[in-house]
Amino acid sequence: MKYQTVVGLEIHVELKTQSKMFCSCSTAFGGQPNSQCCPVCLGMPGALPVINRRAVELAIKTGLALNCKISEYNTMDRKNYFYPDLPKAYQTTQQYHPICKDGYLDIEIDGKKKRIGITRIHLEEDAGKLIHDTDNSRSLIDYNRAGVPLIEIVTEPHIGSSDEAVAFLDELRKILLYLEVSDCKMQEGSLRCDVNLSIKPQGQTKLGTRTEMKNLNSFRAVQRAIKNEAQRQKTVLEAGGEVLQETRRWDDLKDESIAMREKHEADDYRYFQDPDLMPFLIDSNMIEDIKNNMPELPAQKRERFVSEYGLPEYDAGILTSSREMADFFELSVKLYDEKKGAKAAKTVSNWLMGELMRLTKELGVELQDLKLSPSLLVGLLKLIDQGVISGSMAKDVFDEMCQSGKEPDKIVEEKGFRQISDIDQLRDIVREVIQENPKSISDYKAGKKKAFGYLVGQTMKKTKGKANPQLVNKILQDEINK
Amino acid sequence: MESYKLTVHEIWNLVNKREISIKELVRDVIERIDSTERQIGSFITFNWDEALYQAETLDTLISEESDSSKLAGIPLGVEDNICTLDIRTTSASRMLENFTPPYDASVVEKLKQCHSIILGKLNMDEFGMGSSTQNSAFKVTKNPWNLHKVAGGAAGGGAAAVAADQVFCAIGSDSSGCLRQPAAFCGVVGFKPTYGLVSRFGLVTSAPSLEQVGCITKDVTDCAYVLEEIAFYDSKDSTSIKDDSCGYLGYLVDGIRGLKIGIPREIFDESWDPDIRACIDRSIEILKNLGAEIIDITLPHFKYATASQFIIMCCESSSNLARYDGIKYGKRARDVNDLEELYCKTRSQGFGQEVKERIMLGNLFLSRQYYDSHYKKALKIRELLRNDFRKAYEKCHLILTPTSPILAYDLSNETNLSVTTNYSKRYTLLANLTGIPAISIPCGFSEEGLPVGIQFMADTFKEGTLLKVAYTFERNTDYHMKRAMKLEVTE
Repeated sequence: MKYQTVVGLEIHVELKTQSKMFCSCSTAFGGQPNSQCCPVCLGMPGALPVINRRAVELAIKTGLALNCKISEYNTMDRKNYFYPDLPKAYQTTQQYHPICKDGYLDIEIDGKKKRIGITRIHLEEDAGKLIHDTDNSRSLIDYNRAGVPLIEIVTEPHIGSSDEAVAFLDELRKILLYLEVSDCKMQEGSLRCDVNLSIKPQGQTKLGTRTEMKNLNSFRAVQRAIKNEAQRQKTVLEAGGEVLQETRRWDDLKDESIAMREKHEADDYRYFQDPDLMPFLIDSNMIEDIKNNMPELPAQKRERFVSEYGLPEYDAGILTSSREMADFFELSVKLYDEKKGAKAAKTVSNWLMGELMRLTKELGVELQDLKLSPSLLVGLLKLIDQGVISGSMAKDVFDEMCQSGKEPDKIVEEKGFRQISDIDQLRDIVREVIQENPKSISDYKAGKKKAFGYLVGQTMKKTKGKANPQLVNKILQDEINK
Repeated sequence: MESYKLTVHEIWNLVNKREISIKELVRDVIERIDSTERQIGSFITFNWDEALYQAETLDTLISEESDSSKLAGIPLGVEDNICTLDIRTTSASRMLENFTPPYDASVVEKLKQCHSIILGKLNMDEFGMGSSTQNSAFKVTKNPWNLHKVAGGAAGGGAAAVAADQVFCAIGSDSSGCLRQPAAFCGVVGFKPTYGLVSRFGLVTSAPSLEQVGCITKDVTDCAYVLEEIAFYDSKDSTSIKDDSCGYLGYLVDGIRGLKIGIPREIFDESWDPDIRACIDRSIEILKNLGAEIIDITLPHFKYATASQFIIMCCESSSNLARYDGIKYGKRARDVNDLEELYCKTRSQGFGQEVKERIMLGNLFLSRQYYDSHYKKALKIRELLRNDFRKAYEKCHLILTPTSPILAYDLSNETNLSVTTNYSKRYTLLANLTGIPAISIPCGFSEEGLPVGIQFMADTFKEGTLLKVAYTFERNTDYHMKRAMKLEVTE
């Protein structure tokens, strides 16, 4: 039987605020254990929470970007359960009145658009971190993360494959980075994704029993886990078994998931509205303010890059993969050609997609880690246009420039990269080459076009690659045809 | 000099005239506590060394400050569920027996700014759960008027301490009448302000939506003096409200002509102790004679109030007390094998019976199965009751009831006191459910000499009206002048 995979995602995003959700402790990652705590986030007797306005704004921002309705009336609710990483023994979250509802995000999959529904986005706080010291058979707790603001984004079960899930996460991550809502570092846990998955026979409308998968620390893990879990459920069903509603933990090293616990009906968090936090209203002015300060989102930018710069869709997609890259591109084009012509745009695009991507990949860094600036890049492009250096020389200059931040003409000077464009000087060298290679000349004249390339190569070799290739071509042509 | 017998406003006058020094005052009061505490049992922790040390410097400090607070140099007690920096704060529970907060509650911070002197931490029912201060994990507080009777509760320590002249005022909290009911039992003034008027930051609360910080004083003037200082907006408490209508001392005027006082039919139709009935009837006559207009009103949902308050209290407690798990601070059970056992043993050993019962009930009421039928319904009743009061205040300025339908009762060894609990506070808990301010002042004595309290409730932020009627009533009666005489002869 053919089965259909049905996936819904629950994505936890740590918000990029200075202070925690309900107190003024720092949210910085990696501090000394328990150095960023106070009576409020430690749940000390009598300590009371005060909501972080910035966190509310970031949640609204996300909601607007994901086409959600923003709730006017909001409450914070308590989710009650015992665990040592949860200081108050309840998590303050939004169960009854989430801040954003009923949104969607369009993704593109195999060139086709697909709309993934967003059920809700709600505000909540993070828990601390347990550290199991197995050598001394004890557990330690770091409460630095306790109370860090989170939003949880819950999607509708509209995702049909692991590729769609990754496309969704990729687009979502881009948006969150564009909005500066979160730094989205999966390895630091600032973006976490749980996968709810069920399968059903093709065509059936009723959903199958779903499992929830946790501990997915990378997009790759999400992809692997979805494939693996869909297959596992299929094997179970085909063997006449029944899929259990349970929480499973993904083990990235073993490439498989392990059942953690069965989800019982008895799981009862006794949610109720937090009496320490009054309901809060979000008025249309606040929403308007945030709307007016929204940056252009990746999808809009992508479309604009195509229409404004005449770029291919593919280029536009890559150039808008981050806000830094897109800004870098636009600034470079403007510097390079005031009229922002399509040719200039494509040249810049080629350099960014080609050399820059290669270098960042080689070095394992991001654009912003390099010393490259739009004016340096444009300086380099102009040197090429003026014939001062050849394209292949330019690549060496580029690498040097990105790492040292030196002006391109300075690098050219220092390395003696300057291209030989003096016609007389080149003519002498070309003549030498012709004299030394009579066979190639006769081959060429006999119709072997390849011989011409060989002669160009010999000329370049004599000049240690500094000869202006266009000029060499022209002079060689002239000399042979004399 | 028996300066401990004085009131805050009397002391303020004497200090201003340099007729008494703070040092003298503190010594007098500590001596008084020393000679009475064994019988009363109002304190859990003393802070005498610090108090004496503070008194050393205060006399000069106060004479140098031109606008010193009316509470400057006043020795007072703080209920043991209000956090005090470096002073143990137990909430009368084994769970927090050794808990010393690294912070002050906002209200304590304010008292310190006023240069008030904290003499110690007062006894109470564990986590505020009880009505007789017999639920304290450490001791039972006795009624200064009759040592065989309860002091009331949960803030029985505060009421008894004020009544026995051990402190000039007590700062405590009220979640169902916890200040007013013991004040009535002990013949002093108990006051619960509008919800949000006084900061709850640092109040070790079990029922945050019901509980409000207030005070117990010897008379109404002192109550206004204290309120003037403890009512302020606090950004650390999200339920704190900015209210500029202070200047409470201005309401201490004798005159209530034309004031409409409502008598809720549902409450007056109930059966009360006959001595209380007599006192209240007489009080109504006094108020009429002073020019107040007494009118009948109705609170149709009164009959559901006690259940509603109890359910909300249990639900909030089940969540608020969950943090006492043995992990971070407070009690931790020994000899456990795993996490589950650590939780179970710590909480079994740390909490008393009443607390455990309420936590269990609260968890039940909040569970999926009972949420709608209990917790949600309780919230609906709360809203209906708010409506009842809204309608009533369209007809009258104030509402009058006895503080409690029963007198201070015999001390008992019974562990389950829930029944009496709810019964003695059935009129006071209305103000907690609806968030309105209420005051209890002495209005007479029973035949056997136990104090009787009368309660006035006003609309939110109408503290002024409450103080005015209470002050006028007090000026025209002398019940507040009587002291718990029995204590004069000690040892």
